[in-house]
Amino acid sequence: MSDFDLDALIDDPLIHTIVCTGSGGVGKTTTAAALGVRAAERGRRVCVLTIDPAKRLAQAMGLSRLDNSPRPVSGVIHGTLDAMMLDMKRTFDEVVEGHADPERAAQILANPFYQALSSSFAGTQEYMAMEKLGQLRSQSDADGTWDLIIVDTPPSRNALDFLDAPKRLGTFLDGRFIRILTAPARGAGRSLGRLAAMGFGIFTNVLSKVLGAQVLADVGTFVAAIDTTFGGFRERADATYALLKERGTAFVVVATPEPDALREAAYFVERLRTDDMPLAGLVVNRVQEVSPLLGADQATAAARELEASGAASSEEGRITAALLREHAARIQTAARQEHVIGRFTAAHPLVAIARVPALPEDVHDLAGLRRIGELF
Amino acid sequence: MAVYCAQVTVPPADLHVVSGKGGTGKTTVAAALALALAAEGRRTLLMEVEGRQGIAQLFDVPPLPHAETRVAVAPEGGEVWALAVDPEDALLDYLEIFYNLRRAGSALRKMGAIDFATTIAPGLRDVLLTGKAIEVVRRKDKGHGYDAVVLDAPPTGRITAFLNVNTEVSGLARMGPIHNHAELVMSVIASPRTAVHLVTLLEEMPVQETLDGIQELREAHLPLGAILVNMVRRSSLDEDDLMRASSGLAIADQLRSAGIIRDTDAVAALLVDEARDLAQRLTLEDTERDRLATTGLPVLELPLLRGGVDLGGLFTLAAHLRGVS
Ligand SMILES: Nc1ncnc2c1ncn2[C@@H]1O[C@H](COP(=O)(O)OP(=O)(O)OP(=O)(O)O)[C@@H](O)[C@H]1O
Ligand SMILES: Nc1ncnc2c1ncn2[C@@H]1O[C@H](COP(=O)(O)OP(=O)(O)OP(=O)(O)O)[C@@H](O)[C@H]1O
Ligand SMILES: [Mg+2]
Ligand SMILES: [Mg+2]
Repeated sequence: MSDFDLDALIDDPLIHTIVCTGSGGVGKTTTAAALGVRAAERGRRVCVLTIDPAKRLAQAMGLSRLDNSPRPVSGVIHGTLDAMMLDMKRTFDEVVEGHADPERAAQILANPFYQALSSSFAGTQEYMAMEKLGQLRSQSDADGTWDLIIVDTPPSRNALDFLDAPKRLGTFLDGRFIRILTAPARGAGRSLGRLAAMGFGIFTNVLSKVLGAQVLADVGTFVAAIDTTFGGFRERADATYALLKERGTAFVVVATPEPDALREAAYFVERLRTDDMPLAGLVVNRVQEVSPLLGADQATAAARELEASGAASSEEGRITAALLREHAARIQTAARQEHVIGRFTAAHPLVAIARVPALPEDVHDLAGLRRIGELF
Repeated sequence: MAVYCAQVTVPPADLHVVSGKGGTGKTTVAAALALALAAEGRRTLLMEVEGRQGIAQLFDVPPLPHAETRVAVAPEGGEVWALAVDPEDALLDYLEIFYNLRRAGSALRKMGAIDFATTIAPGLRDVLLTGKAIEVVRRKDKGHGYDAVVLDAPPTGRITAFLNVNTEVSGLARMGPIHNHAELVMSVIASPRTAVHLVTLLEEMPVQETLDGIQELREAHLPLGAILVNMVRRSSLDEDDLMRASSGLAIADQLRSAGIIRDTDAVAALLVDEARDLAQRLTLEDTERDRLATTGLPVLELPLLRGGVDLGGLFTLAAHLRGVS
């Protein structure tokens, strides 16, 4: 295992995109924002794309969903830091507006299936995060606004969703079923067997009863409208995906020192290798820090001694004994964490690792982000 | 002050729905609740609906088939059964019940049509899953059901839409068997027979999600149960103790008398630092506790199991849920 030097990463002028991924709740947003603050204060012109940041952090960074584009973050000591919070529906709307004439765009935006798709569909958030990254990238390539874009990824149990969901959604929207389903009379009889065709008829009947006949009709008009306006969803997804393979891109995988999170991180690392995508390293976040000054056994023995000698019946004795037990518990936690990190390293010896200690408070302002950055 | 409460218990219901932010311990807590409710010779069913086989992993048994399976025996002879509901199987059941269509259904399934339909219309999936849960709950009315059903449900962000899906269906299909079925399902879900519990941690984001979720559930008139605070770290020290520790308590003398004679002052300083961290954390946790208290719902706390969750750990959590720890 080598040490993951995050400063070297953000100082590298050849790196223009950093993607922070990992499973839910491990600190992706915090890491992305902290990298942004640090990179800016070390002289890069940075844009951070965050996804669903915690309320207080969003307020501290002046993030709002108002116009779905990056705004300067005030309070950065020097350098340029712009940040935004992804508005997935707005991003989808912009894609539509950018590719269809106004009349057709209005028609699509008003379509109820489109509205469901753009606000609550599984995979839409991932798709739009990639879409937005693509937009920021081309804006930056065109006018040089930023030389480093840092992206956060959506909360998901499964970190691979970020890579897979856009393609899945694209395939699904371009796929054959959506066509058969929306024009059963034309397609079903020919492309399915007789029994299945009969089943399909009743099935669409059930669907329209359960969901309302209008839903299928809406899907149909939606598909027809997008067909003639902008190219396949899948091609779009493929194009952004290709962006992630570029030399200037670096993935930072984030995990907490727990078995589930590190297992997800391992899947992700393996996937990046399979797909030839550039992994910079693993950030193990919220690691329990301990001092080597006093071991767990020694602390426990001392606590026991105080309790047995009756010293613990005094305030001083009781509090000291309890603090010794807390200390021992900390060391045991740290040891368990090192054990699971060790298992990761054994399987992935070449992955560089950075440890970020758990702060006693959550990270909700620039000072907190700066502090995290100093711990990198 | 940090109070560790175990005296509150989960309100009674036939259907316990367990939701919460992702990763806060929904599956673990649902399993512990099923164990707790199975005490004293009762039978409970633990259901999962997300196709992840989380229950099988937790109880360390082979993946659950599409059939109710016994997974654990509770203290004093109760039993916990489990069922992983698969939307495809539930759809086949549904087509069979309403249209006598099992064979055509299988053909559709082979083509991936069912997968497709449940993707395009997540609502359909929810109709099927909640329908199955209510079918199991209603067996009790006929005298051969479970004493309680515990549902390891979708996360807070989706729980209201999930539970409320049948209200929309009964509005769309204005009469006929589907309408009647949807009404029947809602007559159980939106009644005191159901209790929706939310699992959270004492951290800002999960608590915020819990508060937002409670508001949504209330607006939809769905029956709330308890807030289950998971992974609470117990400490025998309170904030007064910690304050005293960091303001010049004679810790070094105590350490010396306990046999720590090397680097004693440095060790004392270290413990004071740690006391400060702990005090900060307790203050933060109390803020979150106060926010949860504003909901007026019962709040139960479950301890962090330091060695991770195994069957023994589930029994420990179950004991807390019964208020007998
Ligand atoms: N090193 C740290 N020490 C203490 N708290 C931390 C640390 N890193 C992150 N946190 C806190 O943990 C919580 C989750 O962090 P964050 O929002 O960055 O995670 P995430 O991976 O983006 O989550 P999601 O998957 O929900 O988007 C936040 O409250 C944050 O302040
Ligand atoms: N009280 C506890 N003490 C220690 N560890 C716990 C406790 N409760 C849950 N865990 C651990 O936390 C992790 C998440 O728990 P679990 O899978 O139950 O959460 P979940 O909310 O169902 O997650 P998901 O959103 O992914 O379905 C697991 O590794 C579990 O073992
Ligand atoms: Mg996040
Ligand atoms: Mg779960």
